[in-house]
Amino acid sequence: MLRTEEMLLNVGPQHPSTHGVFRLVLKIDGETIKEAKPVIGYLHRGTEKLAEDLQYTQIIPYTDRMDYVSAMTNNYVICHAVETMMGIEIPERAEYLRVMAMELGRVSSHLLWWGTFVLDLGATSPLLYAFREREMILNLLNELSGARLTFNYMRVGGVKWDAPEGWVDKVREFIPHMREQVKGYHDLVTGNEIFLNRVKGIGKYTKEDALNYSLSGPNLRCTGMKWDLRKNEPYSIYDRFDFDIPTREEGDVLSRYHVRFAEIEESLKILEQCVEQFPEEGPVIAKVPKIIKAPKGEAFVRIESPRGEIGCYIASDGKKEPYRLKFRRPSFYNLQILPKLLEGESISNLIAILGAVDIILGEVDG
Amino acid sequence: MSGEKDLEQLKKEAAEKAKAAALAKKKAREQQESEVSGAAALEEEDLAKKKAAAAAKAKAAALAKKKAEEQQAGSESEDPEEEDLAKKKAAAAAKAKAAAAAKAKAARAKQESSEADGDDAKAKAIAAAKAKAAAAAKAKAAAKGKQEGGAASDDEKAKAIAAAKAKAAAAARAKAGGKGAEAPVAEEKPSANQPYLDKYVKVIEEHLGNDVLEDSYINRLSKDVPTLVAKRETYYKVVQFLKYNEQLGFDYLSELHGVDYETHMEVYVHLYSYKNSQSVAVKVKLDRDEPTIESLCPLWAGANWPECEAYDLLGIKFINHPNLHRIMLGEDWVGHPLRKDYEPYDVEV
Repeated sequence: MLRTEEMLLNVGPQHPSTHGVFRLVLKIDGETIKEAKPVIGYLHRGTEKLAEDLQYTQIIPYTDRMDYVSAMTNNYVICHAVETMMGIEIPERAEYLRVMAMELGRVSSHLLWWGTFVLDLGATSPLLYAFREREMILNLLNELSGARLTFNYMRVGGVKWDAPEGWVDKVREFIPHMREQVKGYHDLVTGNEIFLNRVKGIGKYTKEDALNYSLSGPNLRCTGMKWDLRKNEPYSIYDRFDFDIPTREEGDVLSRYHVRFAEIEESLKILEQCVEQFPEEGPVIAKVPKIIKAPKGEAFVRIESPRGEIGCYIASDGKKEPYRLKFRRPSFYNLQILPKLLEGESISNLIAILGAVDIILGEVDG
Repeated sequence: MSGEKDLEQLKKEAAEKAKAAALAKKKAREQQESEVSGAAALEEEDLAKKKAAAAAKAKAAALAKKKAEEQQAGSESEDPEEEDLAKKKAAAAAKAKAAAAAKAKAARAKQESSEADGDDAKAKAIAAAKAKAAAAAKAKAAAKGKQEGGAASDDEKAKAIAAAKAKAAAAARAKAGGKGAEAPVAEEKPSANQPYLDKYVKVIEEHLGNDVLEDSYINRLSKDVPTLVAKRETYYKVVQFLKYNEQLGFDYLSELHGVDYETHMEVYVHLYSYKNSQSVAVKVKLDRDEPTIESLCPLWAGANWPECEAYDLLGIKFINHPNLHRIMLGEDWVGHPLRKDYEPYDVEV
């Protein structure tokens, strides 16, 4: 006798498309997903617990390992939180170095996303192009910080080291090169019929959904929400730069793709202005006490990471270690909408939808 | 007999006298010594002061020189925009320097104050910083005046001085405020967010009554965010009201987490209103032994995982949560690690 039945399908925790350890328990009916249950926590390292025994400067390397694709923004958010509490004024030169490092990080993060996203959809060669340019950025950041991914570059009050000689000129040269390459990427993938068929109109949600699920970053801006903390709640020196907030109206996977690409261009604009305005000399770190003690009380700050709103909450009892530290990790919040997006979808769209959320598992699990 | 006694008495007296004399001598010696050391300390202090003053002078001179140079360079270039930019940059640099100097001074004073009388040293440091900043500003103004053939009006000069002074004072104050737990917050002028806080409290009290909030204040450490402390029973009602009230319209849940304060648990919620571009923090205190609170999932689907995380790591139970589970550690984990009294459980040990 013929009959149909629902099947349980495990995706992960070791699945190449998750680029980390992420498990999805799917209930499927034929090729249609009836229910999707994400299981996370495989990479939970207890950063927040560890931080309670560490001095503020010692916590910075741990933040490198949260969102390891864009560690500069993580470095910044904890320094920014402590600086906000202590009322430290950052020297000009340090601010420019920080912004340049963060924007380079944003470009490299979006490049990595683009390369792996289209790789998961079956286009293998764009990854190599993406990594070629990403490598140039990593080299730049390596020269600046001495590390390719886990930079540990920022400090409370400024940055660890000044840029080596000629570094700013290298960034200046890199900008037009990157612009040219972005055009190439569009030629390579964006107009491709097969690619468009796989990403257009799937994984759709509205602006209301996005707000309901606390989405942020490109995941929010793809629904027409013109919102970017760099512009709307300017921190550091972002109020000095002229740049746009790219948005799309559709709210599907393709719109997220376009938003991220447009953001690369905007970051290049910011970098260009940074290079122009970069102060000739000056200190790269403010005069801060040797042992940093945040005053008694609590603070929550949020900034714009490539993945969305990254926040840092510190409750301090006036000691040199935080009493409680909490990171608002954008990937963790953004991933919540996944079960809703997958429900009723064909299983062949799973990878495209998951990829477009742009999660970093180190950040999801904290 | 009596003669003997007298003799004894005399002896005793003599001995006492000798003792007293010795004591006096010793005291005198000690005093002398201390005086000498005190003088040395004073000398040292004087030297340090002189050094600092000299350094300040040198700095001011360098600043003035630099300024003059820049000015010259600026006046040589024909592009007025460029000149403006250079001026602005120089001004910003000078400002930063003055602030940094004041801060450093304050920091040094702070260190000293741990041994000596703190207030005195601090006040001195502030005064010195002020003087320094003023001197720098004066030098700057003078250089400017020279450059422009004395065209710069006194008014401008005074303004610059006042600005520098204010800046240095503010920096010093910020430093002091940041250091001491009992910072004189009351003295500062009210925050720009104060009207917003007043408005929230007013609207809430109008609609929900006077006894729903435990406390409300501006959190100065956290970019002046208006903070409301709700009662446990009214927490959900308050947050719901903040979301749906037309005037408030906090439509975005930015952050939710718990904190273990040992005396109590606390849930911290950060909301944002895209309509009004305003933030608000809502806090609620819970009983540490039985931390239960209404879930915000009916209001925001985005509260789901953060509440699971707070349950997993702190043991806070959220009522009406659709699927409260240990999201990070797994269901077989024993205890809640972010609690301050957490003891790791290991069957092998």
